[in-house]
Amino acid sequence: MAVVFQKTKGLLDNQTHYCPGCTHGIIHRLVAEVLEELDVLGDTIAVAPVGCSTLAYDYFNMDIHQAAHGRAPAVATGIKRVQPDKVVFTYQGDGDLASIGTAEIIHAAHRGEKITTIFVNNAIYGMTGGQMAPTTLIGQRATTAPLGRTVEHSGMPLKVSEMLATINGAAFVERVSVDSPANIRKAKKAIKEAFECQIARKGFSIVEVLSTCPTNWGLTPIDAIKWLQDNMIPYYPIGNLRRPEEV
Amino acid sequence: MAKILMKGNEAIGAAAIKAGCKYFFGYPITPQNEVPEYMSRELPKNGGVFLQAESEVAAINMVYGASGCGARVMTSSSSPGIALKQEGITYIAGAELPCVIVNIVRGGPGLGGIQPAQSDYNQVTRGGGNGDYKLLVLAPANLQEMVDLMQEAFDAADYYRNPVMLVGDGMIGQMMEPVEFREIKTKYTLSEKTWATTGTKGQRPHNIINSLFLDPAQLEEHNHKLQKKYDDMKANEVRYESVGVEDADIVLVAYGTTSRIVRNAIATLKEEGIKAGIIRPISLWPFPMAAFDAIPETCKAIVSVEMSMGQMIDDIKIASNGRWAVDFYGRSGGMIPTPDGIVAKVKEIMGGVK
Ligand SMILES: Cc1ncc(C[n+]2csc(CCOP(=O)(O)OP(=O)(O)O)c2C)c(N)n1
Ligand code: SF4
Ligand SMILES: [Mg+2]
Repeated sequence: MAVVFQKTKGLLDNQTHYCPGCTHGIIHRLVAEVLEELDVLGDTIAVAPVGCSTLAYDYFNMDIHQAAHGRAPAVATGIKRVQPDKVVFTYQGDGDLASIGTAEIIHAAHRGEKITTIFVNNAIYGMTGGQMAPTTLIGQRATTAPLGRTVEHSGMPLKVSEMLATINGAAFVERVSVDSPANIRKAKKAIKEAFECQIARKGFSIVEVLSTCPTNWGLTPIDAIKWLQDNMIPYYPIGNLRRPEEV
Repeated sequence: MAKILMKGNEAIGAAAIKAGCKYFFGYPITPQNEVPEYMSRELPKNGGVFLQAESEVAAINMVYGASGCGARVMTSSSSPGIALKQEGITYIAGAELPCVIVNIVRGGPGLGGIQPAQSDYNQVTRGGGNGDYKLLVLAPANLQEMVDLMQEAFDAADYYRNPVMLVGDGMIGQMMEPVEFREIKTKYTLSEKTWATTGTKGQRPHNIINSLFLDPAQLEEHNHKLQKKYDDMKANEVRYESVGVEDADIVLVAYGTTSRIVRNAIATLKEEGIKAGIIRPISLWPFPMAAFDAIPETCKAIVSVEMSMGQMIDDIKIASNGRWAVDFYGRSGGMIPTPDGIVAKVKEIMGGVK
């Protein structure tokens, strides 16, 4: 019988610790499939963040370096400068990238560091139990914004991709979502383009992936998807923000 | 090779390259700027990479990444910059990776000053990072020693898979002295870095660089493993110089350039009939505890002489274990101790305890 579907070699068989309905798992799979399709699994070094995806090192089937909170782009820079011919990527949450690690991500982009960043934006600090992130939406409740985020107190949610797209070194910037099969396919396409951009040494590449956190949003997996569609996509529009002329 | 006259910070760079350092990540701060400047000029010529990071935090994390793939890598900074690097240092120690960190110490606290100081003694020997970790900390007294220790620092870092810190006060960085880059036969047997993240090539299970152990039993086991390594360092890495302590009336303890000033004071004291010995720790951690056992019971006092406010006293007291009175003479803020000042202090102590 012909094989029509196989689990990607980019992921190990370990069971993940992600909550039911969490979209971190989908994003892991997309990244792994892309790296397998590009045939670079054996030449890739991943950098795991601090956040729910810290344990990514137990799931990705490739060399992997766990970094301090927010510092993944600096660690990836060290790796890439030593091994310029390897594929290097960071996988970071929104607390990790958009709060504590803003300096590291901006300067990795600014240097045009030949790395790829998978930025998982779930508008909350998942790992630590639902505190407010810079990306938390106005009115969204968080354990440190019990009445919901206000502009007056915390400012408007940070649009990281738009900001990074203004930086010359950022060759590829796209925001995607994993809320529907169609969007998942588009997300995979963007992730592939980002890695191709790195391999072609065009500069820094980042894919922001809108993701759910049913646990800390206090929603069922299905309602979480709907909440993402109704609230996140309108504020964080999906689509490409920057790509090199020819990839 | 003939001796050449070099500025301290440049000699540090040259010695590092000679020791096989290929990668340097740093951020400007006085009084160590000539180290990154030298590296930016010389590393590319030697097949390496220099990168000026956006901060000391980023620089040490770049070191973390580079070291994880098996490279010989270093960073340098000065006190406030070292404070920022502490996060990365504890991760590097926790993940058991090698690297060399140079700290050209300036006065503190806070922004402090830019003149020579030794006020990072606690920062470098106790660590500012979290958890039970130790660095091998070496403090040369002159440029030749700095150059010689550099090779050992890289080799020891690889051997123990642990960060090694070289500490100089601002004077070591700024002064010019003749140095000779001689071949130093390594005392370490170094093995291949099979743990490095160099890509699996599909031929081995993946390598993971990590300092996280969520299971308490595993983290405790990891800490025991680290502790064993630190015990090995205590057994094998103690370095010091000791002169005239066996029949000393008084013993002065000083490291780095301060020890050179102390030697001048000791010569003056000798002329005046006071037998003063010196213990000069070269390894600040592990501290040369056993060196103190050579001091006679009749010794009147042990004096810590520092360019700081008495940070080494605790270690001297531990080493003395109540056998002698422990006193202190120090200047701080970039003020340099003078031989006269030290002589006066010694006379005061000798007069007082007679
Ligand atoms: C220096 C430091 N500060 C704080 C923490 C605690 N911490 C762990 S994960 C996290 C937030 C992670 O949120 P995010 O990056 O959005 O990832 P998510 O869990 O949502 O995927 C924080 C604050 C830490 N580990 N280290
Ligand atoms: S806490 Fe949120 S982000 Fe973390 S695994 Fe659970 S659902 Fe996913
Ligand atoms: Mg998050």
